Amino acid sequence: MSQFLQVLLSGLATGSIYALAAIGFTLVWQAAQTVNFAQGEFVMVPAFFVLVGLNFLGMPLPIALAFGLALSVIILGAMFKKVIVEPMQKGSKDGGGLPLIIATMALGLLLKESVKEFYGAEAQPYPNMFPQDSMNVFGAVVSVQDLLNLLISLSVVVALTMFLNRTRTGRCMQATAQNPQVAEILGVNTKRMVLYTFLINAALATLASFLITPVYLAKFSNGETLGLIAFIAAIVGGFNQIRGALAGGLLIGVLDNMTATYLTAEYRAALPLILLIFVILVRPQGLLGTAEGRSV
Amino acid sequence: MNRKTFLGLTASLLLAGAAYMPAQAQEAVKIGMVAELSGAGAPVGTNWRDGIKLAVEEINAAGGILGKKIEVTDYDTATDPQTSRALVQKAIDEGAFVILGTVYSGSTIVNMLVAQQNGVPQFVGAEAPGITQKGNPYVFRTAYGAQKGVPALTSYFKDTLKAKKVAVQWINNEFGKGGHDVFIEEMKKAGIEVVADVPSEQGQADYAADVSKLKEAGADAVFVYLTEEESARFLKEARKQGLSMPLVGEVTLTGQKVIDLAGEAANGAIAHVGLTADAPIPGIQEFGKKFEAAYGRKTDHNGIKGYVGAWATKYVTEMVGSFDREAFATKMHGLCLKVAENPGVLMDTCWDDTGELSRDSFMVEVKDGKQVVVSTVPAN
Repeated sequence: MSQFLQVLLSGLATGSIYALAAIGFTLVWQAAQTVNFAQGEFVMVPAFFVLVGLNFLGMPLPIALAFGLALSVIILGAMFKKVIVEPMQKGSKDGGGLPLIIATMALGLLLKESVKEFYGAEAQPYPNMFPQDSMNVFGAVVSVQDLLNLLISLSVVVALTMFLNRTRTGRCMQATAQNPQVAEILGVNTKRMVLYTFLINAALATLASFLITPVYLAKFSNGETLGLIAFIAAIVGGFNQIRGALAGGLLIGVLDNMTATYLTAEYRAALPLILLIFVILVRPQGLLGTAEGRSV
Repeated sequence: MNRKTFLGLTASLLLAGAAYMPAQAQEAVKIGMVAELSGAGAPVGTNWRDGIKLAVEEINAAGGILGKKIEVTDYDTATDPQTSRALVQKAIDEGAFVILGTVYSGSTIVNMLVAQQNGVPQFVGAEAPGITQKGNPYVFRTAYGAQKGVPALTSYFKDTLKAKKVAVQWINNEFGKGGHDVFIEEMKKAGIEVVADVPSEQGQADYAADVSKLKEAGADAVFVYLTEEESARFLKEARKQGLSMPLVGEVTLTGQKVIDLAGEAANGAIAHVGLTADAPIPGIQEFGKKFEAAYGRKTDHNGIKGYVGAWATKYVTEMVGSFDREAFATKMHGLCLKVAENPGVLMDTCWDDTGELSRDSFMVEVKDGKQVVVSTVPAN
């Protein structure tokens, strides 16, 4: 029982971090109708911004975290939109389409190789944000770090949902996502709303980075697996729903740990892919997603 | 100066030069230092080279080998096996009496054939088991092969930890499988039950499931056989979940890179290492000090390997009494060098008929972020 609880908690904790990255996929999809294949790298890079702050600029950890967040929001949020997404969408009938998706892949490669070139190919130590202790919960020994990771990710998702549903800006962002033309007619500054979405995506990726890097260690190649798992989580949960991405992330996190513990460690990496195939066959819109009509 | 005098002077200079050159060649014995001086292996190869440089300075100061000074030429393989092969050939073409290097096993496996074909003795820093299992009579190790490391741990599990049940956490690749198989076999022989056998993948980031399995297994100790980054992630997760039994590894688990990455979570990790600059051996301590004084940094075990290789070259050549490569190789087989008579080898060292080496090794533990030697394991 104790083992089950610990594995469940670890799975939920890692899954909630996957969910943060997966939500980024759905946000960018809704705001710009594109898939950001650099999302994994968006989670990898902020950790290195923090390391630059810590090791080269001599900042204390809290300041370095703020520095990392600020740089990420500017570079991975605002600049990503201004320099890559906007120019490619201009004059394009289908909102950028395939060329834009390929451009995000290229951006992913550029980020990965740049980190490798400028910071090094080896894994780097990354400071823990939380105590490395364990505590007793209903007789099971569980790690404080896992609990805090889960709590923080879930609170952020709840706060984000509330922001989108309960505030004026949030509702304007939703209106922009659903129908930009009508939203504009109704007086919504759609450009600004799209920019907000990109900034939120960058902030979520940064948070995921801060939470997962103490476990994964800072390495240039971290984005490869993270990006893939978050993408699968978003599809499994439902690409157009925040709650879908959350469910998908948690599901994959828990299933991954459960498989490795109780079934087979060798094939644990295959599990998300099997789940993906299954969901695409049975429920293409994702577990919690809604069908999107497309005319050909 | 008239034309005649000029010609005369030039001719006499040339003659003098011609007379001088063979004399110079006769004075020096050439050693080819082929190692990873750039690329991924640079930290390893640089220590190896500097260990050799230090030894050669000392040997030359003490009169060289059989009265001849040593002349070392550096060849940088850039950590590329094909380049290393070409450079071993180049070193031999340029008259190397002995080759020192390479340190990476992947390169050594490729270039040792060249030295063998040319009949040139070669001291290598590489530790892959295959190197001494190919029947090459010219290859000699400066640190024993990985296949000897894991069996040395058996007595630690059996006598020191008095373990009845152990668990194994290993990495599912060539390196991991080798160590895992030897360990399982050794435990069977020692009558220790393996209660959990947990494989993980290269590059695996999440060790939560692995650690929870180990926790449940009821083992007295865990044998951890992972590469460096994976070791660090594993140690962090073990600390996070409060895994309380001793974690014992072979070489990598307590390496400096692992300590840097895992931070505080590395404390308490135990490992068996063949050579360490922290060993409580007077010769090694003194070498460590000399190295630091000369190069302004601490040596790792590769510096020691290079130093021992260069000194062994001197001792064995002087035992043979001439610069005869074949006699050198023959002499090496079954040879034991004692520190009492041959202080340059730093520890009593023996080579068997395959060029494999045996000498004492060490159990180390990480305390306050530093490797500390806790006991010595006799040669096997």
